[in-house]
Amino acid sequence: MLFSNNSHLFWDPWEQFDSMRRIMGRSGTRSRSEFPLVNTWVSSDDSIVTTEIPGVDPESIDISVTGRTVTLRGSRKADDIPQYRSYHRRERWSGEFSKAIELPFDIEADKVSATFKKGVLHLTLPKAEAEKPRKIEIKSS
Amino acid sequence: MESTTKDVQKKEAEVKEGVERTRSKKLYTPPVDITEEKDSLFLIADMPGVDEHSVDITLEKNVLTIYGRVEPDVPENHRLVSAEYGIGDYQRTFTLSDEIDREKIQASVKNGVLRLTLPKAEAAKTRKIPVNAE
Repeated sequence: MLFSNNSHLFWDPWEQFDSMRRIMGRSGTRSRSEFPLVNTWVSSDDSIVTTEIPGVDPESIDISVTGRTVTLRGSRKADDIPQYRSYHRRERWSGEFSKAIELPFDIEADKVSATFKKGVLHLTLPKAEAEKPRKIEIKSS
Repeated sequence: MESTTKDVQKKEAEVKEGVERTRSKKLYTPPVDITEEKDSLFLIADMPGVDEHSVDITLEKNVLTIYGRVEPDVPENHRLVSAEYGIGDYQRTFTLSDEIDREKIQASVKNGVLRLTLPKAEAAKTRKIPVNAE
């Protein structure tokens, strides 16, 4: 099989990203990431984005997709604590968040799916049809 | 002070010198809110990835330990291209200054948030001592 390995045929932007990150060192960009922190996975057909936003009401999470950018918005209110209770520790976050994640391909907005389980949001973002790798058949004359 | 969403980072738990863990996974310290009123202590902990079956709460003498196990959810046939957060178990230990009525401890987990109610034992409840005028 001459063209069995797609990676030689198509430029993979993630590959560039990976190598850039390797050059810049692992810790470099990580600490500057904006809340909520996300992990990104890719395959040839789609990308999976996960983020930890415990205690957020799933109804209040707003996910919008334009082109190659997915934007997450949501909020978590601080607990209503009666006056007669006193705080010993207050470490949990509250407030609004908004984060835009740019993928290296256009997203098929109609087919985006999301689940929210155990405080972890899981997004599946399929590649737009036009961006999917295609295998080219070689006709013999 | 309360944290805003701007400065939230997942904090890795400190491991005491000479103590080794049997699992190779990472261990994180969950952020908590602790409040107190006359009869009870309340603890809320953010533990994303944990549900009611994967959290252990133990109270031994006056040491409260919460432990949450997280099974990493690795998508099949995908490769990780960017990781801003790590995944691992959660553990945190508190020393309680009051006697707790262990029979009445209540715990619930919803959307990755653990909520604990720790009622104080009779003896530890604050009692007002009346001062008599002579």
